[in-house]
Amino acid sequence: MAATKSIWVFIEHTNDHIADVSLELTGKARELADQLGYEVVGLLCGRAVDDLAQQVIHHGADRVLLADHEELSLYRTLPYARVAIAEAQRRKPEIFLVGGTPNGRDFAPRVASALRCGLTADCTDLQIGDYHVRKEDKTYKDLLYQIRPAFGGNLIATIVNPNTRPQMATVREGVMRKLAADATRTGVVEKIVPAFEPGDFALEVLSRQVRKSTVKLKDATVIVAGGAGVDGADEFALLRDLANLLGGEVGASRAAVDAGLIDRAHQVGQTGTTVRPRLYIAAGISGAIQHRAGMDQSSKIIAINTDPAAPMFQIAHYRIVGDVGEVLPMIIKSLRERSIDQREAE
Amino acid sequence: MTDSRPIHSVVLVKQVPDTHNVTGDVMTKDGTMNRGALPAIFNPEDLNALEMALQIRADHGGSVTVITMGPPKAANILRDSLFRGADRVVLLTDRKFAGADTLATSYVLQLAVEKLGRFDLVLCGRQAIDGDTAQVGPQTAEKLGIPQITYVESIVEITSTHITAERALDSGSEIVRCTLPCLLTVVGSANTPRPASVRRQMERKLAAAPSDYKAIRAKWPEFETDEALEAFLSKHDLKIPVWTAEDIGATEGSIGLAGSPTQVHKINFVVLESTESKTVPPTPEGIAAMVAELVHEYIVG
Repeated sequence: MAATKSIWVFIEHTNDHIADVSLELTGKARELADQLGYEVVGLLCGRAVDDLAQQVIHHGADRVLLADHEELSLYRTLPYARVAIAEAQRRKPEIFLVGGTPNGRDFAPRVASALRCGLTADCTDLQIGDYHVRKEDKTYKDLLYQIRPAFGGNLIATIVNPNTRPQMATVREGVMRKLAADATRTGVVEKIVPAFEPGDFALEVLSRQVRKSTVKLKDATVIVAGGAGVDGADEFALLRDLANLLGGEVGASRAAVDAGLIDRAHQVGQTGTTVRPRLYIAAGISGAIQHRAGMDQSSKIIAINTDPAAPMFQIAHYRIVGDVGEVLPMIIKSLRERSIDQREAE
Repeated sequence: MTDSRPIHSVVLVKQVPDTHNVTGDVMTKDGTMNRGALPAIFNPEDLNALEMALQIRADHGGSVTVITMGPPKAANILRDSLFRGADRVVLLTDRKFAGADTLATSYVLQLAVEKLGRFDLVLCGRQAIDGDTAQVGPQTAEKLGIPQITYVESIVEITSTHITAERALDSGSEIVRCTLPCLLTVVGSANTPRPASVRRQMERKLAAAPSDYKAIRAKWPEFETDEALEAFLSKHDLKIPVWTAEDIGATEGSIGLAGSPTQVHKINFVVLESTESKTVPPTPEGIAAMVAELVHEYIVG
């Protein structure tokens, strides 16, 4: 078993709850590993987290490396990275996937730098394929294709790491789909003993405030999202009205978040949340690929924009060339009238 | 403020294409990029990092040094840094640096920071808008062998040995205390960067790296030779130092394309899928018809 090649997943957790993205990546790792005949390994650091190890196995892992230590009870860069670096140097995984959460993005580059391996951020797809280098007349087999938008989203780049291991990538929550938990799946939980160094405790967490997110973008069936074309807070309030009317959530492009119109928790896209609602209304969102990557799987898309050349129109099912401030009230009015008609009919 | 001392900060900055303002004309009809359509700007969150360093200097004394790795024209953001109040700037430029991924970049930054000498804090923006990777900060910290605090929203306290800072996370926030020296990555909501000072701009508008000499001499013909200009700049402390791979003692295999483990296998231009779609007139009738259709298909209602 020791000679088996492996795909690793960094298992993040808070308050005895594994982050969705870690289980999603475990599912993706399972798919890639089945293709290659590799083993899926979850790297789990924490304190008294044995129960979580079983969940990782139920979601697709063959093995969990469990570092159980008091110093690992809360995420901290250096102790967590110490465990990952030491184990990766010893076991030499082929691939190492990390969730694109704030702490995942704190952890992954630290580990990649120490291992001197390549790391690609915010991949929107992962595949296995070959890579031919003409200059060397050599074909590298079975590399991880790390696929992500690049150059302001005008291009999709496929990145490979031919010469270094592990091939590291981060992926945002919602991009991959987790496997349904299968309680009959079995696997090995292997305890590992961390060898810390004094410098690993340079940082202490004095307090941590967890804000329960009230934004449930990922599971919303309707999302009304606004972008740079929404003129100020008053117009943005129309999005909320419409979302409330439809029982949906308010989403936003990065431009709207950067303009301070709405909290970052509402951001849809490659660097925000990936969503697949039944209806996505893009109000004043031009449709940069980073945004589209997070919503183009929506069943129906309505795009509203004054610019008829906005890229969003090319993936929209309903194109409305017009001003958000005029079109949204029309939709709201039309929906209200329908519900009145319905009530009268009943 | 008894347990306080001057704090020496190094700020890592990057000149980036303004990807936030991508317009339709960036992509040409044949699917290539019109790079000229994207202006080069100071990476926004790097300005927040610079502002934080300037505030630390105001509170504790010390110094602010700004460094960037990039093409010669990246001297523009160093001049901007001087106008905003940086004490010293260094431009890391060398053709051998070209094609660097985040790992190769962090190696160059590590060597440059070490060459600067003593430092207490290294600051950079959380991420650059051209790649959004947020990797160079933590990678540079690892190479320097110092701890990191990412996503810094505010500084609570700096003593002679420690920094206490608030981290802004998606799920909440965290107050952490860390030994000095350490590296901070700063988020955009941390502060409002001060504008360039008019006085500094007057004083230091001639601040220049050698690649700027031609343009300066075209404007001020009284500098008859590069040497004459350089002598003037040196005398008035206006010369932007340029460090090459050799100057920082970089190993060739670890920089630029050769030092980058990630390689681009292929680039696909974005082809938008045309779906079955309808144009809806922005009129009450048009909208009502669309809503009726959505209700009929059980999409809404």
